Amino acid sequence: MTTTTPPASSVVRTADPAPEPSKQRRRRPSQRRSTPLTIAMLAVLAYFLLPLLWLLIASTKSTQDLINSFGLWFSDAPQLLTNIRDTFTQDDGVFLHWLLNTLLYAGVSAVGAALLAAAAGYGFAKFRFRGNGAAFNLVLGAVMVPATALAIPTYLLFAKVGLVNTPWAIILPSLVSPFGLYLMRVYAQDAVPDSILEAARMDGAGEFRIFSQIVLRLLAPGLVTVLLFTLVATWNNYFLPLIMLNDSDLYPITLGLSSWAAQAQNGGAGASSDMLALVVTGSMISVVPLVVAFLLLQRYWQSGLATGGVKQ
Amino acid sequence: MPKQLTRPRSAGPLFIAPFMVLFLLLFLAPLGYAAYLSLFQEKLVGGTSFVGLDNYLTAVKDPQLREGVVRVATFFVIQVPVMLLLALLFALALDSGLLRLARVIRLGIFVPYAVPSVVATLMWGYLYGPDFGPFAQLSDKLSLPAPHFLTDSWMLGSLANIVTWEFVGYNMIILYAALRTIPADLYEAAALDGAGAWRIAWSVKLPALRPALTLTLLFSVIGSFQLFNEPNLLMKIVPDVIDSSYTANLYAYTLAFTSQQINYAAAVSFLLGLVIVIISYAFLLTANRRRPA
Repeated sequence: MTTTTPPASSVVRTADPAPEPSKQRRRRPSQRRSTPLTIAMLAVLAYFLLPLLWLLIASTKSTQDLINSFGLWFSDAPQLLTNIRDTFTQDDGVFLHWLLNTLLYAGVSAVGAALLAAAAGYGFAKFRFRGNGAAFNLVLGAVMVPATALAIPTYLLFAKVGLVNTPWAIILPSLVSPFGLYLMRVYAQDAVPDSILEAARMDGAGEFRIFSQIVLRLLAPGLVTVLLFTLVATWNNYFLPLIMLNDSDLYPITLGLSSWAAQAQNGGAGASSDMLALVVTGSMISVVPLVVAFLLLQRYWQSGLATGGVKQ
Repeated sequence: MPKQLTRPRSAGPLFIAPFMVLFLLLFLAPLGYAAYLSLFQEKLVGGTSFVGLDNYLTAVKDPQLREGVVRVATFFVIQVPVMLLLALLFALALDSGLLRLARVIRLGIFVPYAVPSVVATLMWGYLYGPDFGPFAQLSDKLSLPAPHFLTDSWMLGSLANIVTWEFVGYNMIILYAALRTIPADLYEAAALDGAGAWRIAWSVKLPALRPALTLTLLFSVIGSFQLFNEPNLLMKIVPDVIDSSYTANLYAYTLAFTSQQINYAAAVSFLLGLVIVIISYAFLLTANRRRPA
């Protein structure tokens, strides 16, 4: 690379409300690029991408070829489209059902969690009231309670009130993100200037209007960060659905794939079983949406994470 | 603290109320309910009765639970330092400005984080496979003995590899983001003083990374103690290597859902959560005390 085009993120970053000084774009043009270091890091990159490459190649194979042909290269008869069609038609299209369930659980949880965290983070950052510090510390302590240690107690409570085996059993616990709140409070502290709030109040705007029309916009990168990370956490969640759901129509994709994988394992010995190819193709399909979301939204979550990781 | 706003505002509690209400219902209430349940025992004769801390005493003496905790602790001691060291090295390499294709490398290393752990485990499970996994195929072609990733002695390492693959990129991004916020004048000053690249990394970058490193370490403590998905899924492939008490969490799950010992499971979950909170808290306290004023 002789001519370095500025990455798209630098353009956006200047318009970013996050407190990032412009001197942060430090380029040292005199410095030479290191070829050995680049090669070493490309080797590292290969390790991280190899399983995904395998998955991509494997999703073009029949179950027979998965077992017989070399794993890291295509077989003679690639059949990606057949596999995708089979995945979506197996068991009356249950895979699409799982995909939509996942979309629903992850979408509602992520939007809900991000908005709740943004409102509370803004409340903690910009208002002084009795119990402010105590309440915040209580939530902060909860960051340390591991999700799985909470899952069984939540199951016991939900079983008592009849929420088990409903979509709520997955969505409700995902709405509360203590780390999201922490991140939003730190973010709101810097990204929302008091002067803007004062000016809006002078103009007679109500508190809710100020929040929805001004503050949310200023908090956008932090909001997207919480949104994306809750989305991933819910999309990838396995333990909570595993204990909460019995009905396979309510399964998210992770649980569905693992049930298929168990079938492939049991019937895997017989050549008649096509399940293996379906598991692999289904896995490949389930990975795509999140990877695309991360790549498209990278400038947001990267600046959002920067704030959370630096201040404590 | 920012200066007091000119008028007292009553809107603050309204903004935090929705979050706090859900927090009470979905965080504190389950914990409270589990703590309550853990004080009872279901007997064949006489139904449920109050037994005080009996379940906790049983848990402390339970060899299966102890085995799971020890295994998770071993996992933690080996996997977390390796993962964080790799993440730190990659972040420093990315930040050094010496790399070509830095953007591609950064995103490529991060991508596994977006892969569900179920899919990651299935993938690695097939890759590890002794029959048609590519590693076995390769060593077969080269007439070498196939690596036995899924045997008892290799299993913890194979699990560590999956978890490392999933989370190095995430930690790297947090550290990298922190590195990017170090002001340029610090580097200029260090360079004027004659510091080389390694010296700058050691004396300028590492101290600045302290809060971010604390954060990643804290998340890793919490993460590795709840190890469940990966062993639970590999258990189906190699049930004779991974049993239902392989990790502490797997054991708690088995208690609640296979053997239906709800009260005992509540005690074990509560105990595990408590242990992790205490460890994390102690860790945070030491990290903060050592921080220079």
